[in-house]
Amino acid sequence: MSVVAGVVVPGIPHPLLCPEANEGWGRLRDGFESARRTLQESGAERLLIYSTMWPSVIGHQIQAQPEPEWVHVDELFHDLGSIPYKFKIDADFGHAFRDAASARGLQARTVAYHGFPIDTGSVVALKLLNPDNQFSASIVSSNVYADRAETIVLGKAARDAIEADGVKTAVVVVMTLSNRLFTDFIEPSEDRIHSAKDEEWNAKLLEFFEGGRLEDVSQLSRTIQDQIRVQKVVNFKPMWWLGAVMGQHNNYDGSVHAYAPLFGTGGAVVTLIPSTTIGGDKEFDEEDVEHYRGDRSVLGGLDPAAKAIEASTVSAGPGQSVVKPRPADGAMVNASNAPAPVGAYPHARREGDLLFLSGVGPRQPGTNAIPGGAIRDADGQPVDYDVAAQTEAVIENIRKILEAAGSSLDEVVDVTAFLINMDRDFAAYNKVYAKHFTSIGATRTTLAISALPTPIAVEFKVVARAPSS
Amino acid sequence: MEGRIVAGLLAPHPPHLVYAENPPQNEPTAECGWETLRWGYERLRKDLERIDFDAIVILSPHWQTYVGHHFLGVPHFKSLSVDPVFPNLFRYHYELDVDVDLARAIAQQGSDRGLVTKMMENPDFRVDYGTIVSCHLTRPEWDKPIVSISSCRSTTYYSVEVMAEKAKVLAEATKAAVAESGKKVVLIASNSLSHRHFTTESSVPEDMSKEHIMHHGQYLWDMRAIELLRHGKTQQFIDEMPEFTNQAISETDAGALSWMLQALDVPDYEAELYGYGTVIGTGNAVMGWFPGGAS
Repeated sequence: MSVVAGVVVPGIPHPLLCPEANEGWGRLRDGFESARRTLQESGAERLLIYSTMWPSVIGHQIQAQPEPEWVHVDELFHDLGSIPYKFKIDADFGHAFRDAASARGLQARTVAYHGFPIDTGSVVALKLLNPDNQFSASIVSSNVYADRAETIVLGKAARDAIEADGVKTAVVVVMTLSNRLFTDFIEPSEDRIHSAKDEEWNAKLLEFFEGGRLEDVSQLSRTIQDQIRVQKVVNFKPMWWLGAVMGQHNNYDGSVHAYAPLFGTGGAVVTLIPSTTIGGDKEFDEEDVEHYRGDRSVLGGLDPAAKAIEASTVSAGPGQSVVKPRPADGAMVNASNAPAPVGAYPHARREGDLLFLSGVGPRQPGTNAIPGGAIRDADGQPVDYDVAAQTEAVIENIRKILEAAGSSLDEVVDVTAFLINMDRDFAAYNKVYAKHFTSIGATRTTLAISALPTPIAVEFKVVARAPSS
Repeated sequence: MEGRIVAGLLAPHPPHLVYAENPPQNEPTAECGWETLRWGYERLRKDLERIDFDAIVILSPHWQTYVGHHFLGVPHFKSLSVDPVFPNLFRYHYELDVDVDLARAIAQQGSDRGLVTKMMENPDFRVDYGTIVSCHLTRPEWDKPIVSISSCRSTTYYSVEVMAEKAKVLAEATKAAVAESGKKVVLIASNSLSHRHFTTESSVPEDMSKEHIMHHGQYLWDMRAIELLRHGKTQQFIDEMPEFTNQAISETDAGALSWMLQALDVPDYEAELYGYGTVIGTGNAVMGWFPGGAS
């Protein structure tokens, strides 16, 4: 498990710049410190920050300047003082995150420019959670036009990139709970939650956080947004994103380290550590999608694969049509009915007349269940499994990906098969293979390897003929 | 002698226009782009050369303060401005002077009228890119001191109508402070008209074959706004502005245009239209009002 913790912190600078001025601001400052210790205990090596105070328009931006250095001043609370900073950014992860987002259909880019204005929220989070740059860091923007589905896909892309490099990562969202600021300046002693209604909803959120019910918070956000949030601002994207990065469930050990008013808003410092406790099932969610296929790609048009699919729609009679996908040269293909990639790569890519498939295993789309069983249990102990069932599932997944690309199993020209135990599994695997591939006549190489990224015994790498353009 | 407002300008701030112009202050360079707007700014600058003025007062949507209007209160700034949305296009080394006395006077007049105002006196503060882009395009010599006023984002709590009333109070405060100062002042409303962006960018940002209005509805609203202003029907435009702002997702929600037009006493004379063009899908007009008829 590479995502080792989730963190919620406020970005308003008072706990950093003047914690002594108000007892609640001081409590929040102490809460940051307590959360920092929790992160150390979690084994985190990196902080990945999503800040509502960094809006983007052109897709999603990811910080990739290795050592950004500046003296920051907040545009509203400039009288509280300047904030000099020098951070340690994981630029390689930034690029990997960008690629993972692109593979899921999102517009994404890294930014690496001296003087780039890192937002107040990210600065506050890093100064208080990571004062000595013990952790490396990454920061991603909050797109002003992104809806819930797009934000969830961005969260899944972050998870892809984290799982791919294996660095233990704490995921931080910068946000307040209720977000109604006062519209006049107040004395520090006058600070309070803007309304009793906001206070009551904040209490409900804190109750969910204490129970580790992150996915429930994400679901509840549709109501929360109407009740306690200023709707023109940032929606409730941080919770949608955090839930997606952390695996979309309710099984966390939640801790509320501090909660206090911050200039009328509800400031809370919360940590969520993945747990084995049962926290309830995730509800049906129509906005929980794997790939972004939005309609906003105006300048670039549809992605190449989608464009090719659109172009090759042929009439099948009055009022009907069938779609025969023909990905364009260089196009990436992702099949919605095949298992999600575990890294920043597409299911397949067309180059010239050929389709190159990424390694395909037996996991089932949606559930990640493994036909024939996993090769080890939750404690990492080896267990019995059925390699024939796994091989059948591998071939079926390959069939789905090829069909999504407009090709078929009959068009396979070369197969590289990976087995984790040649002596035990070759015969059964070979029998299933022969059932499907004898008539196809593809060339084949079978290799024994020490391990695969998920607890499976077999994986195929395939090259096939692409459909004619 | 009593000071006066000698011009009001609608001067939008897409960083793309500075990028396309390749001034020495900006790090990225371009081949071309958005010429109709840039030529419009050229004509505006020529008209401004015929006017004697002492200072520029600008209200920018990109200095966003949730509590009242803030005013730059340090005499001189020198730093690097990097656009957080288009950092690939705008990394501009700026150096500018502030008319702190005039800024303080407007802030005081606003406060006297019930507005929340605050002077920004932190020398490490980075001036927002909206102010820098509009000022550069209007007066690239940077030889006039500026007063930069933040956009009060109470707009996120209140209706457009309420914010228009607040803009009117700020306009009255501006007029009174300018009159008291004895200075001749140019006002700048730094905003686009329709403001729905594309969410993707061409691999060559200045590829004009990819540039157009985001959708036809926006264009219709932009043309209606421009036609009203071109024909001196400013009061009608102000009356319609709440609907315009909502329908065109307009940057006029920042209050800059309302403020400027009301500080000009709601002109019943024709505005000069210097140019209209789209930038990454948004609609932008460069326009001028000259109470003395200087153009």
